[in-house]
Formats: sequence, C-alpha cells, structure tokens
Amino acid sequence: MTAIPTTPGTEPELGRARKRKEDARLITGSTRWTDNMALPGMLHLAVLRSPIAHARIASIDADEARRMSGVQAVLTGRDLADEQGSLPCAWPITEDMKSPQAPPMAVDEVHFAGEVVAVVAARSAAEARDALDAIDVDYEDLPVVLDMESALADDSPLVHSDLGTNRNATWTFDSAEAGTGGDVEQALADAEVRVERTFRQQRLIPAFMEPRSVVVDPTGEQFTMWSATQVPHILRTMLAMTLGVPEQKIRVIAPDVGGGFGGKLQVTPEEVITFLLARRLGRPVKWTESRSETMVSAHHGRDQVQKLALSARRDGTVTGLKVELLADMGAYLRLVSPGVPILGALMFNSIYKFPAYHFTCTNVFTNKTPTDAYRGAGRPEATFAIERMMDELAAELDMDPLELRRKNWIGRDEFPFTTIAGLTYDSGDYEAATDRALELFGYRQLREEQARRREQGDTVQLGIGVSTFTEMCGLAPSRVLGSLSYGAGGWEHAQIRVLPTGKVEVVTGVSPHGQGHVTAWSQIVAERLGVPFDDVEVLHGDTQSSPRGLDTYGSRSLAVGGVAAVHAADKVIEKAKTIAAHLLECSEDDLEFSGGRFGVRGTDQGTGLADVALAAFAAHDLPEGIEPNLDAEASFDPENFSFPHGTHLCATEVDTETGAVRIRSYVCVDDVGTVVNPLIVEGQVHGGLAQGIAQALYEEAVHDEDGTLTTATFADYLVPSAADLPEFTTDRTETRATSNPLGVKGVGEAGTIASTPAVVNAVVDALRPLGVDDVEMPCSPQRVWRAITGTRTSSDTAAEAGGGLGSMDTGGGFAAGSQGGSR
Amino acid sequence: MPRITVNVDGTTYTDEVQPRTLLVQYLREQLGKVGTVVGCDTSNCGACTVHMDGHSVKSCSVLAVQADGHEITTIEGLARDGQLHPMQQSFHDNHALQCGFCTPGMIMQALDLLAENPEPDEQQVREGLEGNLCRCTGYQNIVRAVRDASERMRPGAGPPMEHSEPTSPPRTATEQDRAQVTGGQHS
Repeated sequence: MTAIPTTPGTEPELGRARKRKEDARLITGSTRWTDNMALPGMLHLAVLRSPIAHARIASIDADEARRMSGVQAVLTGRDLADEQGSLPCAWPITEDMKSPQAPPMAVDEVHFAGEVVAVVAARSAAEARDALDAIDVDYEDLPVVLDMESALADDSPLVHSDLGTNRNATWTFDSAEAGTGGDVEQALADAEVRVERTFRQQRLIPAFMEPRSVVVDPTGEQFTMWSATQVPHILRTMLAMTLGVPEQKIRVIAPDVGGGFGGKLQVTPEEVITFLLARRLGRPVKWTESRSETMVSAHHGRDQVQKLALSARRDGTVTGLKVELLADMGAYLRLVSPGVPILGALMFNSIYKFPAYHFTCTNVFTNKTPTDAYRGAGRPEATFAIERMMDELAAELDMDPLELRRKNWIGRDEFPFTTIAGLTYDSGDYEAATDRALELFGYRQLREEQARRREQGDTVQLGIGVSTFTEMCGLAPSRVLGSLSYGAGGWEHAQIRVLPTGKVEVVTGVSPHGQGHVTAWSQIVAERLGVPFDDVEVLHGDTQSSPRGLDTYGSRSLAVGGVAAVHAADKVIEKAKTIAAHLLECSEDDLEFSGGRFGVRGTDQGTGLADVALAAFAAHDLPEGIEPNLDAEASFDPENFSFPHGTHLCATEVDTETGAVRIRSYVCVDDVGTVVNPLIVEGQVHGGLAQGIAQALYEEAVHDEDGTLTTATFADYLVPSAADLPEFTTDRTETRATSNPLGVKGVGEAGTIASTPAVVNAVVDALRPLGVDDVEMPCSPQRVWRAITGTRTSSDTAAEAGGGLGSMDTGGGFAAGSQGGSR
Repeated sequence: MPRITVNVDGTTYTDEVQPRTLLVQYLREQLGKVGTVVGCDTSNCGACTVHMDGHSVKSCSVLAVQADGHEITTIEGLARDGQLHPMQQSFHDNHALQCGFCTPGMIMQALDLLAENPEPDEQQVREGLEGNLCRCTGYQNIVRAVRDASERMRPGAGPPMEHSEPTSPPRTATEQDRAQVTGGQHS
C-alpha cells in the first residue's frame, strides 16, 4: 500500500477540524431542496389519505373533483391497479415470512390511517389540495388490530385476511444451536440470581425537518426523479423492479436532503405514484407533503415489546441472557421493516461475556403506519434492554452498576473477541472510555451527593444512569447480509478523476443528507493524493454522475464508502507512478510519493501529480498500455462490521412530587476509531444524543383505540427544542478499527443508541429507594409520578394511560414493582 | 384578488395574491425566494421564520396580504456584496448546522433574539430559540453560534438589515484565531 503522504509544515487533513464546505449554500438560502424545483408545465400532486385504520373501500366518487379549476387528473387505486405493482420489501428474514401485497395506492381495502386512497394532479398545489375536499370515499369499517399480543391470539381479527395470520415471521438465534455457547434454559435454571423484565420500546417518528418531496420529469429520454431520499441508488433499482421500467430509463437525484435518520431510507408509495402520474400525463409532476402527512404516512420506528431474562452468579458474573421480542411491523412491510429488529439480534449481549444467549423475535402486523429504520435501527432497542438489565442486576446484587459492568465486559487485552452471538469485535477499550467518562462526570462526588439527598429525603432526588454500549456499524459485509437473507450487498463504490488541471473529482456512492460527506471526503482524498482540500470536488446523490452505490444509513458512509475512496485514491497513485517513472526516465521503484509529488529517491528530481495528470491528458508520451487519464475506481466490501463503543453517564434531577425530570449533566466518551473531522464527529454525537434523550423523555407516537394517530403534528409529538435539552460534555478515546485502512468505525448512530438507557437508568436510579424499578418511556412527568405513587400505595400493576402501544395492552403496562427481581 | 406591494430583501414587488395565500407561499411560489422553507403545518418548527419590519415572524402564520406595505427580510437578504452576515459566519464557524433545513429560520430567529437581548446567556439563547426545531444538531452548536455572534456583533446589536452600513468583510483565518470580536459595525 502506498504510504500516506504528508506535506511538511502543514496540518494533516485527517483529524483536522475543517469547517464544512456544505455550509456556504445552506446558510445563505441558496439551497436545492426538492420542493424548490419548478419545471415548465409542472403539475402538483395532492394525496387523499384514509382517516380510517381498517376499512373496505365501498366506492370513491371523484366526479366533482375532476371538474374543479385547474384539475388535470384524479386517480384512485383502482385506476392504477394494473401498473402500480407492490412496494418492495428487500429483507425477507425467513423463508416462510408472510408478506402482504403493498400497493402504493389502496385498491379495495385500507390497512392503516394515512394510507393513500386517491390523488389529484392540478395546476397549482392549492388547486390540487382544494380538489381533495370534493372527493367522496365510502368506507365500510373493518375490525382494527392494534395490540401485538392480542393480534397473535387465534381469535384475533386479521390485518390482512388473505395471510390467515397477523404473524409476519419469527426469527431465532440460539447460542447452543449455533455452537457459539451454552444453553440458556440451563443457565436460567441454574441461576443464583435471575432478573426478568419486560420493556416497551415506544413507537417513534423519525421527524426529519424537511418534509418528503418528489418531482418526476418524464419529458427527457429518461425519467428523472428528484426525491428527498437517503437512497437514490436503491430507489432507482427498486422503481425499475417494481414497475417494470427499464433501469437505464430512470435517473434518480437526491438533491439537498433535509435529514433522514432512516426515515428517508424507503421506497415510498408517493414516489411510485408521482412517477406513474408523470408517465401517464406526460408532464412533470411534483408532490410535497405537509408535516401532518409525514407524521401519519412516513414510516415510524421502534415499537417493540421486549421480554428479557438474565441469569447471574451472586458475585455478579452473568451466565445467560434470553430475549423474546414482539416487533410491530404496522400494516405493511416496507423496504427493510422485518429486518430492523434482526439488526439488534446480535447486539443484546453487547460488550458482556455471556456464555449462553437466546434471541427470538416475532414480527406482528397491526393496523398502524408501517415501521422501518429509525436512527440505530434494532441496535438502540438491544442496547436499551441490556443496559437496563445490567442496572437492574446491579440493584438486585447491591453492586455499583459500573463495577458490575467491569466484571463482565470484554477486557482490552481480549480483542479480537468472538461473542456469544457469533460476531467478532475487532478492537475496543471499554476501560479507557469508562475511566475518562467517570473523571469528566465526577462520579464519586455525585454518588456522595445522591446518598446525602436520599438520607435527607429531598423531594427532588438525584439519579445516576450508566450506559456502556457498543454497536455494529459499517453496514455491511455482503456475505453477512446474504446469510441474513437481505436482498442486496453492503459494498460501496468510489471513483476519483484527476482533471487535466490537477483538480480532483471524487464520485461517491453514499448519499449524504446533512452528515458533511463533501467535507470529510475532501479531507480523505486531499490527504491521500497530497492535493489542496479546496481542489477536491465531491459528487454524489445522482445516479447519472455517481452510478454505483448503496447510499447512506447504518453508520456506513465513512467505514465503507470512505474506505472505497481511499482505495480509489491508491489506484490513482499507482497509475500516476507508472506515468511519472516514464516521464522521469527512472524505475517506479525509485519513486516515492509524498505531498502530491513523485520524487526520485536520492535526487532533487521529481514531478507533481498535476503535471502527471496533464501528461496523461495530452497523451503525447505515455508508457505502453497506459490509458490517457488518471482516473480510478474502487468498490469496497468490508470483511467485518465496525464496533464503535463508549460510556455514557447521565445525572437527572427527578421531582418526586411532580414527576418532572431534568437532566443535570450528561457526559459521554465515545470511541469511534480514527476521526477524520472532529467537528463533524462531535456534531453527530450531539444530534444522536438529542434523539436518544427524546426517546427516553419526550417522544411517542400514540394511537387511539380506533387506530388514529393522535400525535400527528409537532404540537403533539414532542420533538425537543433547545430549551428541553442540556449542554452535553463529550469526549473521545481512539481505538482504531482493524477492519479498514482508515481505522474508522462510524458515528452516525452512537449517540442515539447509547443515550436512551443512560437517561432511563438515571430516572429509575433516582426513584429506586421509593421502590421503583422501571418507568416506561417516554418518562413523562405523568409516568414518573404514576410510578412513584403506584409503588407508594400498592404493588399492583397499574394500566398506563400514556397511550400508544402500552395503552392498548390489555395486560396492563409495566408499572413499578410488579415484575422485578424474581429469582 | 387583492393587490399587495411588499419589499423583500431590498426589492419591491407588486402582485395580486389570493386572500388565503400565506406569506411563505408568496415568497416561495410567486417570488422564487425558496431559501425560506416550510417544515410543518402547525407553526411549531420555525423553519419559515423571516423578518417583517425587523421583527421575526413565522411566515406560515402571516397572510401575504398582511405583508402589504411592509419590509420582509429573508435568509437570502442577509449577506451583502457576497459577504456573510456575522450570524451566518458564526453558524458556519461553530458547525451549527448539519442538514441545514432549519438553518434559515434559526438564523432569522437568532437575530431577533439578539436584537432584544444583545448578550444572552446560554439559557436565554435556548429559550429564545424554543420555537425553532432542529433535528440534527442537538442545539449545542447553535447555542454556541448565537453567543459567538453576539460577541461579534458588539457593540450595538441588532439585525443589520435594519441598518444602512454594510456588514464587515469576512475575516481571514488568522484574524479569526486572534480576535473574538469583529463584525460589530451594525450600530
């Protein structure tokens, strides 16, 4: 491999806190959001959605709407039935998985409130919207299925009657069967201490700030689609496969995209419908959703019931872990819906050395908005459950929760370590991250203060929450995805073109929507090629200019896509070296490449990369067999996941009279491997923390008993504001990943994955002396207060009225004290 | 249809608008001022924040006809002669944006905040931005940026578009490292 070049006297690009190139347009309003697009003759699409969660469509009368001013077309699912296909699900997790037809527009039956039943194309957005009011749909109500447990009962009504069941699939991993460890039932039977808990992962809404928008222009040789998507490449291929349109006739562009968080990792009904309308009408068509539409129709996240049993010895050594999940798919399978809980399947054991592990997940259909990826996708659920369990075990044993973790985690000298789930963690240093976090947090002082305040019986109690997490990132080795029945690979692609003037174009297959890839990729390539940062242009997000890629999700962009760019750069250097040697009339072996220059060892002779590029371009005198350019491309398929880790500590002030929770301090020390740009890494951590804390304290998608989403606006769904969040103290340790030449691990999801259990552990820790051993998320003042008063007055289970899945649960919520610490 | 005359970012427009047309729709759809964006339909997110006669308004909550005879400043009107406003520069320098969708509204609201309170502490910044949602940053760097801008804009804070002086030139990297306070020519 070519040595990493550096220019003497200049700061290395890798690790440098470069301010972002992306900002210049974004801070001046010179933006290219999809909804900004206006094309000649463009029509506007408005979408009529079912207000009913489950019904047969008896009739749709759109005659009046068709006569309204400016209305070009009104179409129903019946009109598109022959051409709209079924929305793709790329992850059939088991061979016998039940998969319903998923028409972009409902034809005979609606299965969730928010499903598309008709569309209007009109001259203006306002006229299209007006015409929706004139469409008369006659619905015949069908029974609504909302609760997962009752959905699995034999006598339950069905979401999709033709499937004959509400069970989508059951996926199992067992360490004894897999040969990676012992038998968990035996471990539980032999346990000196056994902790059993049931946790609820409430339903969440990704809530990216830019509402989704699609423009399709059918007037060129290709259909061109602009979409607010994370996945232009996947979208193109899936459109072709879903609609039978030749793939080369589709170009997809993701222009400026305003956040995604997994929420734009989708092939949406509206993308397909807009495409079909544009094709049918022969004119450009635009659809932009309102926020209320986003909330009901864009896919939701999380929504699991997690039943766990953990066995341990009295000295704190863990001996077994059994995980049984129910995961709510909602009404349909979207792109990766069934696989989301499976992404967590191999992470419940986390950083701990469990000798026996069993995981089973049953996916369930309900009459709710489909679920799919949301920041962390499967791994936050796993991390929450195990970190809550470790705190519960510590309480059971009256041990310090960090001491318990130290006793069980993989030591720094034990890497690489193959886990009970069969993954090999390449590197890590949990001791270093934890020691640094403890120091920044003032752990001992806070524990002392906590003891004082408990003794004094303060009405506001101090709680300390711990989360020592890891995650699997860098999705993903293609062979592993294959073994998990995923429909595609996990490689990534890059091309580098050195232009005749020595400037550089980097083409990447990842598709940023706020992460700062343009800046980071510029740094990586500038360092590798020894060219100025400003001389590097990064092209992305357009299947025409960046033809190969698998897009951005799963903290994969840097660890897979960035590494592809490194490999492409190395190929450029190799190619340039041959030309340089020819020009300098020396052997390639005599050349060394440093700071963008090939020098002949032991002489002052040499030539720069730009000169070589120009010579290649002129092609007057090239070595035999060398093509006249300095371009190279590379695909990178990682051999392993990457495993970022870290220690997060949270101190909460919990008012025992009102239930109000305030985060007093939050410290996290993350180890994301080598850092390309610390500014960007810190920003990713901040944003991740905000979303994880939001799950712990604020956000929940709540459905009423009819299946209507009652949190369908930002007035009801509590995305935290600046006033709701604390100042974070963040720091890093740096243990290189050994699975890629950069040593990077990925940072997009770490903050979200780690923070939720840290906060909830802190809330529970504050209340533990009152007999509380769980508070259901989000830990709203009402839920906290109920947990307190519930334990004070009775140990009975109290039904939770917060709504959502819990409120549907006929078995009651998870009120405090009812199911703790059995042995 | 009602006829309105509005000055937007220094240019005067006279247009017929539907009575129901929102200011943000007028800006985006009739004037092509697409730098101002729409993030919600309940006036919670603040992405559409602009200034009307120097005060921040959520342009989804103002009718176009209400802007008749008024001066509107959007994110597109802040930079002068290719030079960033100190608030824009602070957002860039402090990595106060990721996807950037909330940024126009956030910057316009931050300017209003400083006009009312030129030297806010952290909590005051957080409370002053409570009506503007960001999903990417966790707000920490936004708070830093606003406080940084308040330093740069001393003495005499206030949205510069209400003033006739040009904004200060962008600082060189060396100056940035050396000086905390520049760009305060707006009084």
